[in-house]
Amino acid sequence: MEKTVNNKAWFMVLPVLLLVAFTAVIPLMTVVNYAFQDSFGNNQFFWVGIEWFQELLSSERFHDALVRNLIFSFSILAIEIPLGIGIALCMPKKGWGVPVCLVLMALPLLVPWNVVGTIWQVFGRADIGLLGYFLNSLGINYNYTQDPVAAWATVIVMDVWHWTSLVVLLCYAGLVSIPEAYYQAARIDGASRWAVFRYIQLPKMHSVLLIAVLLRFMDSFMIYTEPFVVTGGGPGNSTTFLSIDLVKMAIGQFDLGPAAAMSLVYFLIILLFSWVFYTVMNNAGTEKKHYAGEE
Amino acid sequence: MSTTTGTAVIDGGVAAGGQAPRSRTRAKAQRTGSRYAFLVPTLYITFLMLPIYWLFNMSLKTNQEILSKFTLWPDEPTLANYMVIFTDPSWYNGYINSITYVALNTVISVAVALPAAYAFSRYKFLGDKHLFFWLLTNRMAPPAVFALPFFQLYSAFGLIDTHLAVALAHCLFNVPLAVWILEGFMSGVPKEIDETAYIDGYSFPKFFGKIFMPLIASGIGVAAFFCFMFSWVELLIARTLTTTAAKPIAATMTRTVSASGMDWGVLAAAGILTIIPGALVIYFVRNYIAKGFALGRV
Repeated sequence: MEKTVNNKAWFMVLPVLLLVAFTAVIPLMTVVNYAFQDSFGNNQFFWVGIEWFQELLSSERFHDALVRNLIFSFSILAIEIPLGIGIALCMPKKGWGVPVCLVLMALPLLVPWNVVGTIWQVFGRADIGLLGYFLNSLGINYNYTQDPVAAWATVIVMDVWHWTSLVVLLCYAGLVSIPEAYYQAARIDGASRWAVFRYIQLPKMHSVLLIAVLLRFMDSFMIYTEPFVVTGGGPGNSTTFLSIDLVKMAIGQFDLGPAAAMSLVYFLIILLFSWVFYTVMNNAGTEKKHYAGEE
Repeated sequence: MSTTTGTAVIDGGVAAGGQAPRSRTRAKAQRTGSRYAFLVPTLYITFLMLPIYWLFNMSLKTNQEILSKFTLWPDEPTLANYMVIFTDPSWYNGYINSITYVALNTVISVAVALPAAYAFSRYKFLGDKHLFFWLLTNRMAPPAVFALPFFQLYSAFGLIDTHLAVALAHCLFNVPLAVWILEGFMSGVPKEIDETAYIDGYSFPKFFGKIFMPLIASGIGVAAFFCFMFSWVELLIARTLTTTAAKPIAATMTRTVSASGMDWGVLAAAGILTIIPGALVIYFVRNYIAKGFALGRV
């Protein structure tokens, strides 16, 4: 669609601009302000320059949280993306099974995040939880409050439970957009199941998969509530991700300067990912138009 | 938001009628090719439902039964836990608070996003791409970064512990989301409709209300659903900005549990009750969920 150039359109965007400026820009200015100052209470601040940033970037605590967060993000991507594709391929394409699958699968996405934590906290307990009880009666010593490995397993399985459906739904939306003629052509050519997947289904899912990967990466990169409820960042610091660490620092210890510096670094990382995301989405959009022109 | 339009959108405009005559042969081929395919979604859904069933199971037991023996279903089902929630104001006020700020946020987000999405879908203007990107960065911003500055900002305005504070704070990620989704739906409406309406002498507000809004009604519904959903599931900001008067149910759960020495039955019942609003509306948007998560780009 050809768009007309009209700078008066700014007036229509103005409400959004003002609202988001109030909710995003002003708080961010406060963060920037704190990041360069130190305080001894009583609202007395003095300039410390980039001291907090130097301290942060050389601190082991930040490195550890960042590494843990990256490991977490890549593990859940490695599990959720192939699993999501597999499930989407096996889903029924028509009939009564479609709405049933869609509704039941979307359910975890609408559970409040701390309730997701509560559900798994209860489910994994050895005394009253089905999973914990079952595993322990099999002779596996499973206790997510004591054992870091069990805590990690719980947090990852919880995230798979919570978000794999997003990948499934996106892939499914890509799959049902494939015209029937493509499959017929493949059948006439005697294409194998793998060839159909590799040369028809995968290319058609390309853009939705990119969205799924990027969304899952970013959302897992800022995960807070679910692991906080289940493990509280423990045992020790073994499941303390960036957000948990940041909230501990800002609200628990009230270290405004270091917390603000960490917020900014964190935000810049996210900004970088957002830029990648935006570029990819735009390219996917033009690609789609290109396809539409062909057909 | 009828089923037929939903399928049409998800099909990406592929003519559904063209498949009818050969559907039988194809269905047969697929059945023989993948007879056991249904097992995969079935197993997956079982995996999804088990933890929820376990919570539901617990919500129907007494605390004594939960702690003393391990049962796969309640021996003596009781609604006592639910009664606790419905009779104690500190519990049910949590639900009222949550619903109040979620509704407020949905209305604000969709109302400001409508004109903006129209501008983005119809016009080129100075800095439009940059503005769109900036909006996206807010959807991606970690709430943890904003928790503390939000607290100070809303304290300065005297808004702490009000529904409005949470509703405004949640606009941080919901307004960009609403703009993206609505822009996606609006771009699907041909521009000729606008032009014809102007030629027919419609003023812009009249055209927008009488002709354009009905055309994108499903888009507005989906945007509202996603605003509702993300405001409903968010806890970190909502908890930071409230103390008692506007405390969300999710925060009430965490506090009461630690205070009363793990009242598992009531906790489970409260959890189940927070799942119900989502479960109720999900049916209406099932075909649009992917589109919403993909920010209107599927």
